[in-house]
Amino acid sequence: MQKSIEAAAKRLRGSRWLTAAGLAVALTLGFMAARPARADDTIKVGILHSLSGTMAISETTLKDVMLMLIKEQNEKGGLLGKKLVPVVVDPASNWPLFAEKARELISKDHVAVVFGCWTSVSRKSVLPVFKELDNILFYPVQFEGEESERNVFYTGAAPNQQAIPAVDYLMSKDGGSVKRWVLEGTDYVYPRTTNKILLAYLKQKGVADADIMVNYTPFGFSDWQTEVSKIKAFGSAGKKTAVVSTINGDANVPFYKELGNQGIKATDIPVMAFSVGEEELAGLDTKPLVGHLAAWNYFESIKTPANRKFIAEWHNFIGNAKRVTNDPMEAHYIGFNMWVKAVEKAGTTDPDKVIAALPGIKVPNLTGGISTMLPNHYITKPVYIGEIRPDGQFDVVWKTKGLVPGDAWSKYLPGSKNYIADWVKLKCGHYGTVTKKCSGSS
Amino acid sequence: MRDVHGRVAALVFALGLILAGATVAHAGPYEDALAKFTEGSLSDTGDGINGVAVSGNPLAERVLAALKDGRLMFSAEKKTVYIQAKNGKLFDAFTGKPFTGKPPDDIDNVIVNNRLRNVIDADLGALTLMSRNSNRRFDAAQAVFRSRDLSVLPNVEKALAEETDPRTKRALEQARAAILLYDAKSSAADKIAATAVIGDRGDQDSLGLLDGLPPDLPPAVHAAVAAARASIAHTLALWNGVQNAWYGLSLGSVLLLAAIGLAITFGVMGVINMAHGEMVMLGAYVTFVVQQAIRAYDPNLFDYSLAIALPLAFAVAGGVGIVIERTIIRFLYGRPLETLLATWGLSLILQQTVRTIFGPTNEDVGNPSWMSGAFDFGGITITYNRLWIVCFAFAVFLALLAILRYTRFGLEMRAVTQNRPMAASMGIRTGRVDALTFGLGSAIAGIAGVALSQIDNVSPNLGQGYIIDSFMVVVFGGVGNLWGTAVGALTLGIANKFLEPYAGAVLGKIAVLILIILFIQKRPRGMFALKGRTVEA
Repeated sequence: MQKSIEAAAKRLRGSRWLTAAGLAVALTLGFMAARPARADDTIKVGILHSLSGTMAISETTLKDVMLMLIKEQNEKGGLLGKKLVPVVVDPASNWPLFAEKARELISKDHVAVVFGCWTSVSRKSVLPVFKELDNILFYPVQFEGEESERNVFYTGAAPNQQAIPAVDYLMSKDGGSVKRWVLEGTDYVYPRTTNKILLAYLKQKGVADADIMVNYTPFGFSDWQTEVSKIKAFGSAGKKTAVVSTINGDANVPFYKELGNQGIKATDIPVMAFSVGEEELAGLDTKPLVGHLAAWNYFESIKTPANRKFIAEWHNFIGNAKRVTNDPMEAHYIGFNMWVKAVEKAGTTDPDKVIAALPGIKVPNLTGGISTMLPNHYITKPVYIGEIRPDGQFDVVWKTKGLVPGDAWSKYLPGSKNYIADWVKLKCGHYGTVTKKCSGSS
Repeated sequence: MRDVHGRVAALVFALGLILAGATVAHAGPYEDALAKFTEGSLSDTGDGINGVAVSGNPLAERVLAALKDGRLMFSAEKKTVYIQAKNGKLFDAFTGKPFTGKPPDDIDNVIVNNRLRNVIDADLGALTLMSRNSNRRFDAAQAVFRSRDLSVLPNVEKALAEETDPRTKRALEQARAAILLYDAKSSAADKIAATAVIGDRGDQDSLGLLDGLPPDLPPAVHAAVAAARASIAHTLALWNGVQNAWYGLSLGSVLLLAAIGLAITFGVMGVINMAHGEMVMLGAYVTFVVQQAIRAYDPNLFDYSLAIALPLAFAVAGGVGIVIERTIIRFLYGRPLETLLATWGLSLILQQTVRTIFGPTNEDVGNPSWMSGAFDFGGITITYNRLWIVCFAFAVFLALLAILRYTRFGLEMRAVTQNRPMAASMGIRTGRVDALTFGLGSAIAGIAGVALSQIDNVSPNLGQGYIIDSFMVVVFGGVGNLWGTAVGALTLGIANKFLEPYAGAVLGKIAVLILIILFIQKRPRGMFALKGRTVEA
């Protein structure tokens, strides 16, 4: 509450300042003349996360973590000798409003960069704005990939940084040598694309059609009885079965509850989730979930000095030692630090120069590795598999050997395997390796 | 062997190395296995589990049970292992004695994954087959049935010889049958007998067990297996129908709960109340607040939290309803469009208010113990929470019918909705009745929220998920008719659940909507249309 008041106050101050600037414009009758004067002492950072509506549950935390990172950067002396000023707007979980608010941030508030969006549809809705007004967006959430834009930097996981390693783990002896697969998802673009990639991958690994069941449910689905008994029946065919879940947010809780109620334990049919993290488990009765799995690039329980420091700072900033940290928060941590480094390297916040400076930037992540921004605007990340503990945290049971570079275009989909993205040499987000031609970006 | 080596080494290094001597002093198969838990790697932990299980040490069962629950602690530095009791007390796993003194700084629990949990279950099953408690013996037999570990067979035979409890005896026989079926060396006659036992069990697990058999069986066994499979599949198909009906009933009762308040505000009063879902949400938050208070002051009362929350939710949602009626809705009677917009705006205000107070995240509303778990009824699993919600929905429905039919308030309410001027001239204060009726509808939505908090997420968006369905039920059942609402809810629930297995959740829902559209074309007033002169008013 306190924080949101502060944020609102900052916004107010920001807008008052703008009014003053507007007056200055009117007086000097020269808009361009006023701009450098404003740019002299502060750099504005846009934060585009929903603070109301259905997505507020996930996105509010990301707004807070950005405020924390900006505050810390200012305490270290700011950037290029200037103070960073956050500009928070609320797109209210309304996709068209995302585009409107992005436009407002860039053309009215003149932010140097925007950190924001959660759902793919919100990202798609702001893309044209960022292209047209030439600004930078850092996108922190795991998603379906199949996109690479000049103005967007993807710090969340691509499918090959989450879904594919998770399936590999389930196939391994430690994962239970799974032979039968249920791909259960919410009916929208991320689960559908991810499942398409997984289907192609499983078939390539020799899994028969009869051993795969794909199922979709609507958003916010809560009556899981039939679905769960279907999974139960599918899973009792004598082969080890696992569920790969791309079920979105709210529908997860009743799903796991129903699993628990119908007596399906993680040891019988484990559920590997791609959208269930610490934040989703916080304030939940996790007993029925213990032993189920999640694949992420970061877990709060990972014990590294950097992570301990981050958690302590977060608790201190938010004023509540119970608040958890999660994967998209780490993505913003990495993204923000990358942007800071790139601005320092370019010596300016001019978006074109920063975009050129970003690929190749290396910053430490919170799990002890060094993440690199790749020419396709994705980053390198480690992949962890965690099992849910009774306290809502995860025990890491498996991790990749090194960091996995993100693929903009999946190697397993027939429509995208012959494409790559490279904004450094090829200056193209969708380059055909066979056709040798650039065909747009997404 | 290692023991001997240890002693030799101790002799060689003799006196100076007291520490080495101390570790050697309790080295045995059990101690060696325990030491593996301090390595912190999953494969070592796996070796440790097997080592402990075969060690024959009386502490083995306690260690494995603790490991399964994440209560086995270790210190990598000091190479010590502790069992943490459920009350948090530490016991030395080597000796079984209570651990006194300060625990080491790097104490952490031993991590296991699902594969290892399966190993533990199988080992524990073998260890607890001879337990004195018959429920534990039964669970152990079930665990053996699932693991079908050949090495446990002698234990099963031994337990079977001594078993007196009929239920456990049957479970043990089934466990033995499962082992024999998967044992390549057992005779064809044994296998056929085993198939019969499994066939008698007749559940999904038995079918899976038979399906998983290797294809190279002797012809006689193969025939027996095929026959058993066919009979199980037949029984399962029957039960499948029963299961769909039950699921439909359960979904129908949830729809009924959500819609029944609306049947009053929209059905009887004719107010298009878009904020109805938010009353449900308020009820769920009242439950949350009550549970928070109980957790803070008296955790023993937790099982009564719903009973305490019910009257409070009724009062809070009803109170909010009356305030809304008096301040907004009474100025809008007869103006449905304005009412729709006003109540919709109101729903947004209520949502954001709750979001501001409680935060946007889901709140933890727990299930009391009598609402957790499930029991088997023939071939289907019935979960307690669903069962109670079905009962509760019908209790609320009947109570509401009784209020309308037998109380003075019910009489006044019916009079006002049927003919307002006439009711007013009979001395009924129609304004007061309006407020109370709207309050009653809201209050019922509030207690529905208490029930729904048990099966759904308690978040500010809770109500949105139910508003469309509620209107659908009321319109389908026939506006202004409580029986219509009940029948409508159950029809929609059952139709949905019979369609879902074939069409999937998304298409199933679409199919139900199409059916409703067609139905409304044919009967615009729903299933139970009100008749008489008042209808056109």
